[in-house]
Amino acid sequence: MTLLITPQEKAELLEAAVKGRSLWDDAQRRLFRNKAAVGSMIVLGTLTFLAIFGPFFWPHDYETIYNDRVLEAPTWEHLHIFGTDPQGRDLFVRLLYGLRMSLAVGLVATGVSLLIGVIWGATAGYIGGRVDQIMMRIVDVLYALPFIFFVIILMVVFGRNLILIFVAIGAVEWLTMARIVRGQTISLRKKEFVEAAEAAGVTSASIVTRHIVPNVLGPVVVYVTLTIPAVILTESFLSFLGLGVQEPMTSLGNLISIGAREMEIAPWLLIFPATTMMVTLFCFNFIGDGLRDAIDPRDR
Amino acid sequence: MLAYTMRRLMVAFPTMLVIIAVAFFMMRLAPGSPFDTERALSPEIRAQLMSFYGFDKPLYIQFLDYLKGLATFDLGPSLIYKDQTVSEIIGSGFPVSMTIGLAALLLATCVGVPMGLFAALKQNSLPDYSIMAIAMAGICIPSLVVGPILSLVFGVYLGWLPTAGLDLGKMTFETLLLPVVTLSLAQIAIISRLVRSSAVEVLRSNFVRTARAKGLPEHQVLSKHALRAALLPLVSYLGPACAGLITGSVVVETVFQLPGIGKNFVTSALQRDYPVVMAVVVLYAGLIILLNLLADLAYGLLDPKVKYE
Repeated sequence: MTLLITPQEKAELLEAAVKGRSLWDDAQRRLFRNKAAVGSMIVLGTLTFLAIFGPFFWPHDYETIYNDRVLEAPTWEHLHIFGTDPQGRDLFVRLLYGLRMSLAVGLVATGVSLLIGVIWGATAGYIGGRVDQIMMRIVDVLYALPFIFFVIILMVVFGRNLILIFVAIGAVEWLTMARIVRGQTISLRKKEFVEAAEAAGVTSASIVTRHIVPNVLGPVVVYVTLTIPAVILTESFLSFLGLGVQEPMTSLGNLISIGAREMEIAPWLLIFPATTMMVTLFCFNFIGDGLRDAIDPRDR
Repeated sequence: MLAYTMRRLMVAFPTMLVIIAVAFFMMRLAPGSPFDTERALSPEIRAQLMSFYGFDKPLYIQFLDYLKGLATFDLGPSLIYKDQTVSEIIGSGFPVSMTIGLAALLLATCVGVPMGLFAALKQNSLPDYSIMAIAMAGICIPSLVVGPILSLVFGVYLGWLPTAGLDLGKMTFETLLLPVVTLSLAQIAIISRLVRSSAVEVLRSNFVRTARAKGLPEHQVLSKHALRAALLPLVSYLGPACAGLITGSVVVETVFQLPGIGKNFVTSALQRDYPVVMAVVVLYAGLIILLNLLADLAYGLLDPKVKYE
């Protein structure tokens, strides 16, 4: 019966059978089997690479104005492959800068929301009782605020500065994160390994950072990938209203709002930025959905 | 249930107070003033204006005055449009915004729910995948892209519908169609995804299996048992959804140049027209709180497991 396998192969098979797969290995395998998610990662990686390094190699600059080439349609001449805008600037390089800005806003603001949300939620959930009550009541109150209005007031009042955009949007998005983390934490708190750590005399702070936070990572990662596109959208709303990133710097929302104004005579000004934005959002959402299915495969 | 409602309303009151205070002080402590016009005013006139509107008093007294006014539904005069009170400005803009918002929500529910249910019933089949692909597109294509494109295609190229503008007091089906469709697309997408995932879960649950096991015809299993449970998450979504519609309506009102209060808000904030800004914030915060409460109460009526202690 065993004649077909050499002893060496048998040993290898045994080893493979014994070596267990962790939850994360499993999730990774499932994620990489999801074609939409893998495709999105490749596209998004390419876009990010272009946004970061593209401008260094492109002959035009985002604020150089060519007075004699206003609103030119896409052409190979002078390498305006995506055309020029109403001021006579190269659209392709502006699009790269816009994408870079939108991605940066997305990542940084999500980072801010992640930091606040995870700490807030984990603390409330772990300490529980009265502290939890008060902390979550604060979240409830903030949920009821018409946030977009506050962001608009902030932008109007303190000038349109970049850091403020990051912080303001991040400060809006942390609420849901805090709720998710709190829910997870409460269910984890009763687990044996946390009890064991408590019994061994580990401090609350390091239980939260060493045991709670790593274990709530799954849902948090999923939520992060879905928050980034939401943040990019929020920024583009602000830019669309003229309250976001200011000229000559640009973002996808800013480019789209210019495109929307000029679309009847220069449709390329709307088509290219809008497509870039949609592709980016698609990618993040596909990756987020893929991650969710990979980490929590119940719902398929 | 009455006690629960009362308690929620009691929490709502301080919440509103916090919102009003934050908005009030944020506006006032900021640089800039409504009287910064291109032509500099002489100091005397400026001082007179300041005292006429009570801006020379200490800030906390102004705040108390504002609260007093609010309690009697006096929102004060507009600082920019001298011939209009804030109530008149809100009164003319709000019906427009509300009509668009409600119509969009209605459309989104009527389209999104059947889409989600259908996808759940045909889970992991071609119709399911295509519906979910459409929903994904709805989430990823923002209204600031959809709006201009719709108005370009249907307004400019085809000439079927007006691209922008609206006579006050004369809202017609044609003028509102494009804004409503634009606003509802993202909501359709979110609602259909929400309904699909909850329906998938419900269809797998024990009570549905029991209903089938006792020999109930499939349509009765669905309409009498599954539907109600599957729509529960939707009910609690509809409250916060209004917040999304508000955000969207600011953009839609800008794209289609409609005289709603979303657009009003942005221009007023830019011009430092404090009373108008405050009124819009108060109105929307109140609406969101009220709708969230209604959604929670409706949830309790539909879900026998939820008890309000």
